[in-house]
Amino acid sequence: MTNVNKKQSLVHHPSLPKTPTGINGLDEITGGGLPKGRPTLVCGEAGCGKTLLSLEFIIKGVTEFNEPGVFIAFEEKAEELTTNVASLGFDLDKLQADKKIRLDHVHIDRSEIEETGEYDLEGLFIRLGYAIDSIGAKRVVLDTLENLFSGLSNQTILRAELRRLFGFLKQKGVTAVITGERGEGAALTRQGLEEYVSDCVILLDHRVINQISTRRLRIVKYRGSQHGTNEYPFLIDEEGISVLPVTSLKLEKDVSTERVSSGIPALDQMLGGKGFFKGSSILVSGTAGTGKTSLAAYFAHETCQNNKRCLYFAFEESPRQIVRNMKSISVDLQKHIDSGLLMFHASRPTLYGLEMHLAVIYKLIKKFKPAAVVLDPITNLITAGSVSEVKTMLIRLIDFLQEEQITTMFTALTLNTIINDQTDEGLSSLVDTWVLVRDIESNGERNRGLYIMKSRGMKHSNQVREFVITDNGLDLIDVYLGPEGVLTGSAREAQKLNEKTGVALRDFAVTRKDREVMRKRMMLEAKISTLQAEFESAEEELNKIYLEEELKQNIIEKNRQEITNIRHGNAATPKDNTKKEK
Amino acid sequence: MTEQNRFPLADTDDDSHYRLRLFITGASPNSTRAISNLNEICEKYLKGNYTLEIIDVHQQPAIARSEQIIALPMLIKKAPGTERRLIGDMSDTEKVLKGLGINTGI
Repeated sequence: MTNVNKKQSLVHHPSLPKTPTGINGLDEITGGGLPKGRPTLVCGEAGCGKTLLSLEFIIKGVTEFNEPGVFIAFEEKAEELTTNVASLGFDLDKLQADKKIRLDHVHIDRSEIEETGEYDLEGLFIRLGYAIDSIGAKRVVLDTLENLFSGLSNQTILRAELRRLFGFLKQKGVTAVITGERGEGAALTRQGLEEYVSDCVILLDHRVINQISTRRLRIVKYRGSQHGTNEYPFLIDEEGISVLPVTSLKLEKDVSTERVSSGIPALDQMLGGKGFFKGSSILVSGTAGTGKTSLAAYFAHETCQNNKRCLYFAFEESPRQIVRNMKSISVDLQKHIDSGLLMFHASRPTLYGLEMHLAVIYKLIKKFKPAAVVLDPITNLITAGSVSEVKTMLIRLIDFLQEEQITTMFTALTLNTIINDQTDEGLSSLVDTWVLVRDIESNGERNRGLYIMKSRGMKHSNQVREFVITDNGLDLIDVYLGPEGVLTGSAREAQKLNEKTGVALRDFAVTRKDREVMRKRMMLEAKISTLQAEFESAEEELNKIYLEEELKQNIIEKNRQEITNIRHGNAATPKDNTKKEK
Repeated sequence: MTEQNRFPLADTDDDSHYRLRLFITGASPNSTRAISNLNEICEKYLKGNYTLEIIDVHQQPAIARSEQIIALPMLIKKAPGTERRLIGDMSDTEKVLKGLGINTGI
């Protein structure tokens, strides 16, 4: 009792103390676990996993939190339980021998018992109390308590005793899980156990829709604590139960400005030269055979080349098929698989429901911790659910992936090229980058055109590129835009040849013209030189006349001088005299 | 009264010898009633032909598990015939007799 008091005195915190279950995901949606020291009701139909959940609660309590536990089984025998959980890798026998767990099978059979008057369930109390005290248990499971009702007929006594039992469990300070079968209609349990357990009620469900079964878990109530209220899908596999709280309602994820290459330099070039943002979601859509898987494989290849992990979910082809096919475009995926960087997970969409797919994807991602994820193609999932369901699932998936900062590439098949503006399960508003590959059909051939429909937060090319798949890999080529429109494939090649011819012709024409110009120049130059010559002769003529005139003047001047001389001096030259006389 | 007040005197191989074990919880009203009721019945119908062992489960909690005890008080008829379990304060004499397989001839 002192122990209990001590515990209760600790409950001063504003928040309810909780006991973690250790079950993947369950602690997240319950905000830390089940209410400590109080009973929790786990109900659901037969085969929905109640016993496993409660057993895992006990086992994880020992292995992870070192809290011994008591498991009172009303249905299965201890040996059966041991065998059942052995497949999950738990050794119940050893845990029992170590006094960590106490299994107690309560056998109760109406045909063996005669009721002869007033009785109570003190025997069960003593048994339970003894089991708890003998190993110092902190956790107790009663599976399935309702079996008491089939073994004993006095309901009045049973109900009174149940109430006492829950009081007893609380007083013992153990965190208890009570399982109960789902009742008819709205009742959670057949015997109305929920009346007694008012703190926490978890409902398990196993539904089959369209022949596909999905397990779901919902917390119906959790007094004094916040909790996720949705139906969460859960998995039972070789590791036990995993609940997957994959819906996040907040848009508060971190963003990165880091860029990752698409593996095709030309495509990176179209995306502002650097590729996608890390942690963004990329949608590659297109009609059949446009090379979506090749693009995805290239991206996966590139991721692995950079020594990062990539997880490839294939919903259409088997991993070997993809590896073989990609070899034809010289992408060797096998070496990445061998080095452990690439992991394939192939499953038919109809294998299980969407929730289950999501759960599997979620779990694998958590385990493998990839830097990039490829889903190829998401459109195939439609076979496992309706369009709106697929959309909801993808929203949740994208949310989760972005939160984990994982770059994701989805491929989507557009069935009808006419409606390619809105396509793809309405995913376009969710993805950050949308690459569209489409057929361009002309001149009796089909070519692939690639363009970027959108790319948030980066400059991106608005051009249509021709997307070519060769033996050496993928590449993008500028399409020919001419007066005849967009040309691709052989039409582009033809146009190129045409252009080449044109160039040659033009070259020829140019040289001819050049020569003519030369000739004309020469002619003109010749003309110029003639005129020059003419001008020179005319000038010479003029010069001659001028010189003669000057000569004449000189002579006349000389003569006159002489005459003057003769007149002035007698002794002058007779020549002068004569001249003067003349 | 509360604790094993009658030990089996001898292991009699007699087919008709009744070997009874009554599990009780301390001195609770149900337990005391069960003891007196059962004593009465035994004295009346099985005089000298029975061995009654009374066990207080509180004193031996481990026995609750091995004997598959839930409801108390409980009477186990080990012999003769098949094992039968009777729960309650043994106030319904008819049912007790039926459970013990005693033909009252009424």
